[in-house]
Amino acid sequence: MSRKTRRQKGGRRWVRAVMAGSIGLMLAVTLLPEAANAESTPGVTASQITIGATVPLTGPAAPGYDEIAPAMNAVFDWVNAHGGVYGRKIKYIYLDDAYNPANTATLTRQLVLQDNIFADVGSLGTPTQAAVQSFLNEQKVPQLFIESGCNCWSNPKYPYSLGWQPPYTVDGKILGSYIKANFAGKKIGYLYQDDEFGQDVVKGLDMEIPASSVVSQQTYDAATLAGPLSNQMAALKAAGAQVVVLATIPAATALAMLPAAVISYFPQYVVDSVGADPPTVGPLLASFAQKGGASASQVSASAGLLNNVITTAYFPPEADTANPWVQDAKKILQQYAPTLYAKSGLDGNSEYGVALAYTFVQALEKAGKNLTRQGLIDAIAKDGKSFDTPGFVPLSYSSSVHFGFEGEEVVKLETSAPPAVTPTGSWIGSVPVSPVYVTSPGSGPIKKYTGATSTPPKNFG
Amino acid sequence: MDRAALASRVHLPRQPLLRHLPVALVAGVVLYVVVARLSTYNEYQVGEIGAYVVALVGLSLLTGVNGQISLGHGAFMAVGAYTVALLMTHTSSNFVLELAAAAGVAAAAGIVIGIPATRLKGPYLAGMTLLFALALPSIADKWPATFGGDQGLTTTVPTAPGSLSAEEWLALIQVGIALVVMVLVANLLWSRFGRAFRAVRDDEIAASLAGIHVARTKVLAFAISAGCAGLGGALLVLSTGVANTGEFPLTLSIQLLAAMVLGGTGTLVGMVWGGILLVYLPQWSTSASNHFNLGSGANAYMATIIFGAVLIVAMLAAPNGIQGGLRWLWAHRPHPGQGGRGAPAPVAVSAGD
Repeated sequence: MSRKTRRQKGGRRWVRAVMAGSIGLMLAVTLLPEAANAESTPGVTASQITIGATVPLTGPAAPGYDEIAPAMNAVFDWVNAHGGVYGRKIKYIYLDDAYNPANTATLTRQLVLQDNIFADVGSLGTPTQAAVQSFLNEQKVPQLFIESGCNCWSNPKYPYSLGWQPPYTVDGKILGSYIKANFAGKKIGYLYQDDEFGQDVVKGLDMEIPASSVVSQQTYDAATLAGPLSNQMAALKAAGAQVVVLATIPAATALAMLPAAVISYFPQYVVDSVGADPPTVGPLLASFAQKGGASASQVSASAGLLNNVITTAYFPPEADTANPWVQDAKKILQQYAPTLYAKSGLDGNSEYGVALAYTFVQALEKAGKNLTRQGLIDAIAKDGKSFDTPGFVPLSYSSSVHFGFEGEEVVKLETSAPPAVTPTGSWIGSVPVSPVYVTSPGSGPIKKYTGATSTPPKNFG
Repeated sequence: MDRAALASRVHLPRQPLLRHLPVALVAGVVLYVVVARLSTYNEYQVGEIGAYVVALVGLSLLTGVNGQISLGHGAFMAVGAYTVALLMTHTSSNFVLELAAAAGVAAAAGIVIGIPATRLKGPYLAGMTLLFALALPSIADKWPATFGGDQGLTTTVPTAPGSLSAEEWLALIQVGIALVVMVLVANLLWSRFGRAFRAVRDDEIAASLAGIHVARTKVLAFAISAGCAGLGGALLVLSTGVANTGEFPLTLSIQLLAAMVLGGTGTLVGMVWGGILLVYLPQWSTSASNHFNLGSGANAYMATIIFGAVLIVAMLAAPNGIQGGLRWLWAHRPHPGQGGRGAPAPVAVSAGD
């Protein structure tokens, strides 16, 4: 056969393939349903409000964080069981983005363009939510109560985005002022995650701690975090740091404390609240110690490394069983999320989810019967300060401030305090060591908060 | 040979541009009509398919035509993505120029990786490109002021003309560019470069005896392939609106390779199947696992499991991928006038000559 004929044969196959391909694609897409026509307010009918979120249910960020959305859903089920909001039941669609911004981008478009959600509520992560911030704002879809303390959520350019937890810089400022007041004259070292989270915490610390007393600053990269942070801890020890501030995720907290203990380095730890939840960090310490070849007694002693750690809290710890919010959150989880409760009980993450979801329910109530996206944002700006939350300070929302809690107290983890009890074991409790402070992430002063805290509604739980 | 069989054959001109352009035009018109009918979300997904197809075409050229393997094409996509995002942030030039620049920068990166690659083969080459995919994100993390750190760089979607929605306009751009790239690469494969690529793949010694500069040919293939991947990454960033290292993890490079194999290594049209699988498979598998109530744990790994299963089945049933399987079916189609047996292709061709 000549080359010519082979070429022609190849060419014809080409044509057919292109035609077949385009026809196939055409059939595939025409068979898919068209999106429903947008009504006056997308996602809202007389009987239902559809909202959505993207959260990590799998992957490295999932442990702990995968409890938040199911806990939120329990609150919505409780609302629905009590007649909904103005007769509308809440339908919550949460999708797994595995903490990958590319997935977030696609899934958020699925939620907005296909599932027609009214609002994106309780989505998690800085890189993931930054990836869809401009899309959601262009579409005028509220991006509410983003689960991240990035300073970037309160930005006039993005009127539909709102944070909820304290900005990381607020954590840094409040911890920094505590260190300045209580560890004066001591040598201070930092170990922080080299991204927005760590850098924002350090920004706050640097506003309070004199630069002359910081003897060493160490970093690690979250993407390549795979083993003990031995070099960093050795450098801090060599610099003579007596107080070590950790702006670390839970795994990194454990991977910093263990190698330090190996070289008999026991500084005073001050840990950002992101990486200090005992029911999360305790088991990590034990499992990493075991993998590192520690003896059984060393493994069981590893949780003791958390003793005397200084951190912050902005709502009551799950161990505070006398607190009505803690009691009600437990009741709601037991009744409406029994699988979650059986697995992890009430811990910092599920308590967070319950409080965040209830904040949204109140926003819906204040937005009124004629629910619109703009109306919801306006209602939060107008009434957000008076919403009931377990927080030690009221929410800060106004037309210009899109941060939620801007205040917290400094606490010390102590073995003598009532422990947090979860199905995975019983973990160290905490005691407050400072009054509640409020401050903005900017250069504003740190003030004591003396106002009241709110109580849960009577029928909650 | 009866009349029906004769009429069923299409004779295309032998000049490559005249052969490929009309086909692309027909496909373009069909896709234009289809995109206009789609819902907004499906438009978005068709656009994503277009972006992946561009990257896959590059990989298919490298692996299928030139015989080199790359586990780093996700990283080349990231290079293109960051280039276009940086240009959009700091300049206000035409987005077509910015896309071309993205392809150019990624091609330059391809040359840098391609030069040492000429000395490596098989698993060693795979290892080297894998290293590139692993190392690249650290660069973005190292200079957060330039590359935006964790949050990455946000991009703006080119403003849609007339009454088109943003998603529709974007889908048309992405699909249109995918078609243009396919025509260009198809023409390239018909030229002496394409023949040189294949000659080097089949036997390097024979190729060099025939006067082909083997190393230069391999580097050229790497550069073109990386340029396509960069363009694909830039197009993807137009969709997602942000360039971010998290979008281009190592798993993406591996998925690209799997999608290319599934589509049909070395084919161009097969890459359309690859792109469709990359975009729709995760969605289908999630709805399947939701349907069977498998829980969130199974949900997440379902896409990977199905991808793997489909890959194994495809390798057993159609070793040349979907496109190879379709070609086989076409060649063995029941033929009127020949007792339903597949017409032996060579006879038919020589009869038509």
